[in-house]
Amino acid sequence: MDGGARTSRVSVQAEDFDIGAEIARLTAGAADAGAVVSFTGLVRGGAGEDAIEAMELEHYPAMTERALDAIVAEAERRWPLAGVRVIHRHGRLEPGARIVLVLTASRHRGAAFEAAEFLMDYLKTRAPFWKKEHGGKGAAWVDAREADDDAARRWEREG
Amino acid sequence: MRVLYFAWLRERVGAGEEEVEPGGAATAGELVRALIARDERYARAFEDLGSVRVAVDQQMGDLDTPIAEAREVAFFPPVTGG
Repeated sequence: MDGGARTSRVSVQAEDFDIGAEIARLTAGAADAGAVVSFTGLVRGGAGEDAIEAMELEHYPAMTERALDAIVAEAERRWPLAGVRVIHRHGRLEPGARIVLVLTASRHRGAAFEAAEFLMDYLKTRAPFWKKEHGGKGAAWVDAREADDDAARRWEREG
Repeated sequence: MRVLYFAWLRERVGAGEEEVEPGGAATAGELVRALIARDERYARAFEDLGSVRVAVDQQMGDLDTPIAEAREVAFFPPVTGG
């Protein structure tokens, strides 16, 4: 694994991404893969007085890629993966917009499913991003959820 | 030393980053105490330390992390990415 391949597995960007193109690129470089799992996170629109007009994602540019790299490296340590891709967007996003993409490829589906879930649980609790929702009631920072911490913690037992 | 603030900490301090003379602060927590003593904005930003997370030189740490050799210290709320 050289440094160049490592950095291209993770992207932090304002632009949208093309899920199909990303899957094609990942599997083209993973001849041994028999399974690829894809997870996409979207901006929820909400309803009624909880409806939001936009979600603003702030991050810590100097640290974000490094944090994502560390999370990906940990997934690779735990599961035999033929390929991994993580894209996380920042900036102002509207309801329905894609926020995050996680792709995992492996020989068999079990490792790909588990690794994708692990990556999302760790992204939610260890990557330096903060969400602010803009809606009819004004703007508010999204609180971290205890359920996300619990989800991430279960992997500590299984590591 | 460069000190960064994110999300509501940035809004309460009124700046995303600034140069701070750490004085005698040996840990991130001591730096927080020195900032709070400076002015009301910091007192508001750091009023609930249980909701403050820390990175020292872009590595996750906590209020006990030493900062004597650090070039960059960041303060932010619990992360909400993904």
